[in-house]
Amino acid sequence: MSDVVEKTLTALPSLLSLDPQPGSAKLSSTSKLGNLIRGITELTSKHEEEKLIQHELASIKDQVSSPNTSMRQMKELMVRAIYCESLGYEASFTYIHAIKLAQQGTALEKRVGYLAVSLFLNESHELLLLLVNTVLKDLQSTNLIEVCMALTVVSQMFPKDMIPAILPLVEEKLNHPKEIIRRKAVLALYKFYLIAPNQVQHIHNKFRKALCDKDPGVMTASLHIYLQMIQENPEGYKDLTASFVTILKQVVGGKLPMDFNYHSVPAPWLQIQLLRILALLGKNDQSASAVMYEVLDESLRRAEMNHNITYAILYECVKCIYTIHPKSDLLEKAAKCIGNFVLSPKINLKYLGLKALTYVVQQDPRLALQHQMTIIECLDHSDLIIKRETLELLFRITNAQNVVVIVEKMLEFLRVNTDDYTTIDLVGKVAELAEKYPSDTMSTVFSVGGDMMQPDIPNSFLKLLSEGFDSVEEDRKLRLFAVDSYITLLQKEPGKLPQRFLQVISWVLGEYSHLKDELEPTVVLKLLAKLLDMKHTSSETKSWILMAMTKLCEGGAEVSVVREVSETYSSSMDTVLRQRAHELQYLSQDSELRAKVLLRDNAVQTCCVAGSQVDSSLSFLDGFVSEALAAGAAPYKPPHQRQEELAQAKALSLEPYGLSLPMSMSSCSITDRQSPTLLSMSSGLSGDSAEISHKGGSTSLKLDGVKRVWGREGYLPQRAAVEEAAQVEVPCTLRSPSQQGDPDPEKQQLASLFFGLSSQSSVCLMGKPEPTPHRFRRKAKGVTDPTSSSLISTPSNVEKLLCNNLLDSNIASELAVSSAKQITELPQGLKTASCDVEAELTDIADIKQNNPSLIVDNGIVAAADEDPDRPKDLCLISHLPAELSELCHSEITPLCTIQSLVLSACHLQKEDSLVLAVFISNSSDSALQHIVSCVSDSPAEDFRGHSVVVYQYSLTVKRPSIHVSIEGTVSFQLPGEAPQAAQFSYKLPLTIFIRPLTVSTEEYGTMWLSFSHDTKQNLTLIGDGQEALTATLNVLKQKLQLHVVEIIGQEGILSCRLLQDQPCLMHCRVHAGTLAVWLRSPVPDLPDCLIYHCQRALQEY
Amino acid sequence: MIKAILIFNNHGKPRLIRFYQYFAEDMQQQIIRETFHLVSKRDDNVCNFLEGGSLIGGSDYKLIYRHYATLYFVFCVDSSESELGILDLIQVFVETLDKCFENVCELDLIFHMDKVHYILQEVVMGGMVLETNMNEIVAQVEVQNRMEKSEVSVQCQPVAELISG
Repeated sequence: MSDVVEKTLTALPSLLSLDPQPGSAKLSSTSKLGNLIRGITELTSKHEEEKLIQHELASIKDQVSSPNTSMRQMKELMVRAIYCESLGYEASFTYIHAIKLAQQGTALEKRVGYLAVSLFLNESHELLLLLVNTVLKDLQSTNLIEVCMALTVVSQMFPKDMIPAILPLVEEKLNHPKEIIRRKAVLALYKFYLIAPNQVQHIHNKFRKALCDKDPGVMTASLHIYLQMIQENPEGYKDLTASFVTILKQVVGGKLPMDFNYHSVPAPWLQIQLLRILALLGKNDQSASAVMYEVLDESLRRAEMNHNITYAILYECVKCIYTIHPKSDLLEKAAKCIGNFVLSPKINLKYLGLKALTYVVQQDPRLALQHQMTIIECLDHSDLIIKRETLELLFRITNAQNVVVIVEKMLEFLRVNTDDYTTIDLVGKVAELAEKYPSDTMSTVFSVGGDMMQPDIPNSFLKLLSEGFDSVEEDRKLRLFAVDSYITLLQKEPGKLPQRFLQVISWVLGEYSHLKDELEPTVVLKLLAKLLDMKHTSSETKSWILMAMTKLCEGGAEVSVVREVSETYSSSMDTVLRQRAHELQYLSQDSELRAKVLLRDNAVQTCCVAGSQVDSSLSFLDGFVSEALAAGAAPYKPPHQRQEELAQAKALSLEPYGLSLPMSMSSCSITDRQSPTLLSMSSGLSGDSAEISHKGGSTSLKLDGVKRVWGREGYLPQRAAVEEAAQVEVPCTLRSPSQQGDPDPEKQQLASLFFGLSSQSSVCLMGKPEPTPHRFRRKAKGVTDPTSSSLISTPSNVEKLLCNNLLDSNIASELAVSSAKQITELPQGLKTASCDVEAELTDIADIKQNNPSLIVDNGIVAAADEDPDRPKDLCLISHLPAELSELCHSEITPLCTIQSLVLSACHLQKEDSLVLAVFISNSSDSALQHIVSCVSDSPAEDFRGHSVVVYQYSLTVKRPSIHVSIEGTVSFQLPGEAPQAAQFSYKLPLTIFIRPLTVSTEEYGTMWLSFSHDTKQNLTLIGDGQEALTATLNVLKQKLQLHVVEIIGQEGILSCRLLQDQPCLMHCRVHAGTLAVWLRSPVPDLPDCLIYHCQRALQEY
Repeated sequence: MIKAILIFNNHGKPRLIRFYQYFAEDMQQQIIRETFHLVSKRDDNVCNFLEGGSLIGGSDYKLIYRHYATLYFVFCVDSSESELGILDLIQVFVETLDKCFENVCELDLIFHMDKVHYILQEVVMGGMVLETNMNEIVAQVEVQNRMEKSEVSVQCQPVAELISG
């Protein structure tokens, strides 16, 4: 096969000069396209090509606009236009003609027209609207080819807003007798699902029908949809697990027609798709996984190593086995398979083997050890991609023992690598490692990575230096070492160092060169001055250097150097430089002032200024300001306010009005957008809203490092709180803490943060820790005692656990924010959820212990096997605390059962909140210890046998979605046994968070104008005639708790709010037998979700 | 999902460009150039997978390519596609081209760019793999070709009548 194209070169000359190839029917030498191509091939320079194409385009333009051009000629012109476009020359004047061709031509011309349209235009192109009617017509055509063409163009690109227009026609095609049409229709619907999921909500059962289609091709097409949907919400499709397993079984068993074989492997692509789906379904689900074991084993066995495509199946199989609930003999086989991949001489397989190892190594580090030698060989492989993949693998298994070797290898790679993208990625990783296992590699990173690296890397490095480690002596050593090596670097060839590195060097020298006694400041100053004189030193670097000089000059001999420099730069064109130069000048002359401003405090260890608190409110300027105001100056407005006013002043404001939002929030987000550096201000506002406080928190970390340079010790406690907030989510990905029930929750939380960083290699192997916690570690090490580190021996699969720490109640607000964040980031989550845990976190543990009814209780639970649910419900409800038991509660749904522990939950609607009650009942005789539940940690110390514990959580929605699901973990320990954990999830529709919002029509009017997110859709009316509107709105009112503000003639307005006062307004109008609904809200996604529920409500009615 | 399919020759001249995700025209050309740059400097004995580079989506994206004599076939896909699966899909596509053009060569791709597009449409539709069975693909293309022939013969008929008459 590979020689198929080889004859091209030999064939080329004859073809160009003489007749067309016999095989290709109409490759005529006289055709215009032929001429054009020939012309281009003969050209030698890019410039000539450009000229020729421009000329060609001009002639095309002439002809397309001429009324005499027939459709047939147009077709030919279009192909030429496509050719020009593919060479990168714009031919936008032909777009409209392409649409015309698709509209008016015969089937053949249509084909060219559609092709041109799909190549030229994109989904948001305005001309595409003109195509809608053509597509509509062709979808109804009796000519199969035309229908196919229409479906193809629809799946390629179609304006989102117009989907409703053609949706019914495409749906109809699912029942088409021709298999190819059904298949294309399924893919077109999948495309719709991708671009506008809400539009196709109602046809989910049609997807199921497609899955059961008698033609395997259609079924295969529907798997695309299922893969996507299951990725978004694995919980929703668990019932299909058995079906997928059966399908795979049949495919593997060779039940499909021979046509589907590829190199005698039955439908390999179908198998791959199915294995991926199974992996998603079996993840964290023991019962679903159990169904799959057999077929996976079969697949592994059947896929004999003989062809490329069987390897593809094997690879998916292995990945699936490692993703689902583990089974030891399968794991063993899979591990063997990985071994075959890694050891294979075929380079593609080696690559995949390394990928698989990287994936697996988090669960089973031993596997990497087995293949240690191969990995080391791969490091010296000639293929850079293989090398990179190996480094990625090594990065995952780095520990204190091997860090030096691994970092060395990475740097080696960096030196030969020329690809920017890889460099950035790898420099980040090296920096992370260097930070984690401090060593002297950072200077190499800086000089190699140069200006490519992300700016926060040098920042965090400087922070590391200034904050130091645990022992004074180590700090001193490291700093001395830095000074030493940088001086040597500067003495050699500073010209070659990247700017970022120079900045770091000058800062370090400014701060720490005094540590080295024998070093004369003059020497350093001269070195720095030399830097200043170099041509390519950027002005930013120069100002860093000048600052360093300011710190260094202590009077005496160095003054002369300084004077010279400051004189040169005090007349600089750059204002920043000029300012620095002036500072330098004054401070070098006035040693008293200098001592006050730049205090060197060796005793406190943070070598800089204590006592010079930064006055962020600039109160010392108050006098000046009031004077200026008195003199008639305009009061100061912050930039965002100015911006807003400016926007309002203009007649057409494109910015959404933020009036209805709480001011702090809107202002905060605006500054956020405009200048990220301002965030140090907004971080103080954290807690106002989830997003912002989170951002604020993480950014403040960075700024922190900068501030630290100036030694603001006074802000430490505050900062600690913010940092904690930003980092709480880290332990979740690593492991669930506090399973052993350490008495000191604070310590435990810290300990869990360090997990994976501790020098024990077994722990290090478990996962890739986030970069953030390391900083934390350095600072807090003193707090953690050695015992807590022994607590971190880990159970397997820990990274699957989700557990949010809520131990420190005084930072509850930030924690709530981060827990929300955590859940939204869940990979499987279509459903985002968030839970604010009520401040008091009512633990009603064991409330009923003394209650005599408990005995009765047990009897029922025991009997519950035969007589399920109902009585159990009743008895569980009785455990609710009094203030809740009167509220109407939902049905109690069982969540999970582990051994004798039964978890169930229900939700209760309150006026202003939604309460989730989780019941944990223990039906065993023995007492449980250390129950840690759910969404947050609320440990119950001792949990006696035969009792029920109720936890309450008040829920709010941070980001609306159609369904909200809450995920949690419960972990517990039986006396004398290992701790256990189980996961559960609870799903709620968004509707139960909706409350009526009472507003007047006037208020409604003002609110309507101020909301920026909206959506429109037509809904079916209930009943007909005059009463239809009222009837429909009443249904909505009942089912969704909407408040009907007013009904005027054929129009109605409604309002509601999401809990926590996030309003949503609805405007309905009866139009042509349907209800045109328009929803608006300040909250993104809320209108979309609500319209979905409205649709459902009306359908169900 | 497949994000883009690029075919260019050993000199980086684009022969077939199909994007399934929108990029502006100049961005497309830049992507083609960057991809060619990445792919062309790789030997034939190294692996067929590449990380996507900075332009087309970052670490979630992969370039999967095959090199046939004078042409590079590059598929840019996201993580939802199987690497080896796509590699074989390229093979299927090329074999189909070979069948449709009877020993395909670069010139066929140049002069019949539109036809290559039609064939591709039967393999990949809107970024999703539609059909992997070569015989099916060829059958679909032939249905279309028959339509073409019948139309041509209809148009030729009057001419023939004129001549005979």
